[in-house]
Amino acid sequence: MVSALGIQLGVVGAYLVVALAVGLLAYRLTSRDAEDYYLAGRSIGTVVLLFTTFATLLSAFTFFGGPDLAYRAGPEWILVMGVMDGVLFAILWYVVGYKQWLVGRAHGYVTLGEMLGDRFGSTRLRALVAGISLFWLFPYVMLQQMGAGEAIVGLTNGMVPYWAGAAGITVFMIAYVVIAGLRGVAWTDTLQGLFMLGVVWLAVGWVATAAGGPTALSNALATNEPEFLALGGGLYSPQFIISSAVTIAFGVAMFPQINQRFFVAKSSAVLKRSFALWPVLVVLLFVPAFILGTWAAGLGVTVPEGANVLPVLLNEYTPVWFAALVIAGAMAAMMSSSDSMLLSGSSYFTRDLYRPFVNPDASEAREAWLARIGVALFATLTFVASLFRPGTLVSVGDTAFGGFAQMALPVIVALYWAKTTRTGMFAGILGSQAFYLAHVFVPAIEVGSVTLFGATYLTWDYALWGMALSALLTVGVSAMTAAAPEENQSRFTDGLRAD
Amino acid sequence: MTRVRIDYRWVAVFAILVTFAVPWFLWGDSRVFAGLPLWLWWHIGWMGLTAVVFHLFTRTAWDRGIVGEGR
Repeated sequence: MVSALGIQLGVVGAYLVVALAVGLLAYRLTSRDAEDYYLAGRSIGTVVLLFTTFATLLSAFTFFGGPDLAYRAGPEWILVMGVMDGVLFAILWYVVGYKQWLVGRAHGYVTLGEMLGDRFGSTRLRALVAGISLFWLFPYVMLQQMGAGEAIVGLTNGMVPYWAGAAGITVFMIAYVVIAGLRGVAWTDTLQGLFMLGVVWLAVGWVATAAGGPTALSNALATNEPEFLALGGGLYSPQFIISSAVTIAFGVAMFPQINQRFFVAKSSAVLKRSFALWPVLVVLLFVPAFILGTWAAGLGVTVPEGANVLPVLLNEYTPVWFAALVIAGAMAAMMSSSDSMLLSGSSYFTRDLYRPFVNPDASEAREAWLARIGVALFATLTFVASLFRPGTLVSVGDTAFGGFAQMALPVIVALYWAKTTRTGMFAGILGSQAFYLAHVFVPAIEVGSVTLFGATYLTWDYALWGMALSALLTVGVSAMTAAAPEENQSRFTDGLRAD
Repeated sequence: MTRVRIDYRWVAVFAILVTFAVPWFLWGDSRVFAGLPLWLWWHIGWMGLTAVVFHLFTRTAWDRGIVGEGR
């Protein structure tokens, strides 16, 4: 058993060190200015853009939370992720992403807050967008640490405690962001995306062979969990599928690390290719990952308290080194997700909060130094919060996505409707955030026959109602108010040129 | 200011792609084909189709709704 533990820790450690080495290599090619540090000089090509965005989505939420959910409730989660990531997000990639790319290229924006703040002539709006983004980024970074902790527990059968896994990934994550910048993150994202795609298929093949083939596995599922094969049922109602897919897709588009990616493409050809390849990539990753979770349920695999299903299943059906390699790959992928998040978060902090409000004349060196301190502090705080385990991976992730989703419709309205006003933006963003936060934190109360602050209204998730409210407030208040003199109403519509 | 044209045919196509990525008409169906549920095969096929349609969009209608015609 000690030797198994040795192999497990050796493989995980070695993989993380290689990932760090690639980051160091990228560091040598990174110059010190902000555009290069955050946006890799706006020079990212198709493969790298696709995989860096992809690897960013390839987080603990999808890689451990997804299989866990498929294990507990059935494989329909594949459909949720497929609609949300493969189709809806791809469309937003065009509607929000391409538009932002054009606007960003014309005016040199680096963050969402900067873009909106300039259009509406308001540093307060800029700060609000950055502040809300950082607030919802917190649970999502914490989610990666929880995922790593749980993965290590599952892999080593509890011999290495949860906190050690979470602490380990925190240290790597900080080291990584502090030295590499986006070019480093993007490079390792590509390697890790390809690696994960490869090993997850190997894992499916390996488990299928060891358990007697897909037909035997579906028979086992029909015997042990018959309702898993039928579409729908249990957790999966049409309302659940639609609400989850819509809130996550819109939330993803507002995620700092994803949204900032919209500014980095080298040319529109890069955006086009990524857009068309997206659904295929989503299927290639999510189908095998979530099928593994489903199969584990059919095989009657028991998951210890506080662990993920994936490492447990792999330990049982594949060699020790392979299980460790998959987990290492997943942890490294989560690390790169977190790196992207922390990096974007730090740019929101320095550019949208620190510079405009605290020290407008800060030197580049001071800003870079401050960004790194901020990253270390943020990651340490999320690590501490992760020790309290406030929910399952999917529930924590879902809350964060919902919070970001509340900003999506006001941003889309602003991008396409020149009559949007600053007051309308504040109303839409603040109103929906207040509504959403109340539903996250205030316990449900019964008023007559109606439940207030419950999970749903008329069977639809409150996050969806919050989004509707955000659009209504933005459009309604904009229609009733006049633009302030500092607003640049034509900023997002005039002077945009295709390649 | 250049006028931006919205192409409602593409809006409709996108709406259909989103709607049927989940095979609603197979709700409750538990038929299995080659070890995977039938509804999962539909989804996989539909995502392939989506990628092809998206590719056609980038070839023929990219910029629609975003960049004005008068360029």
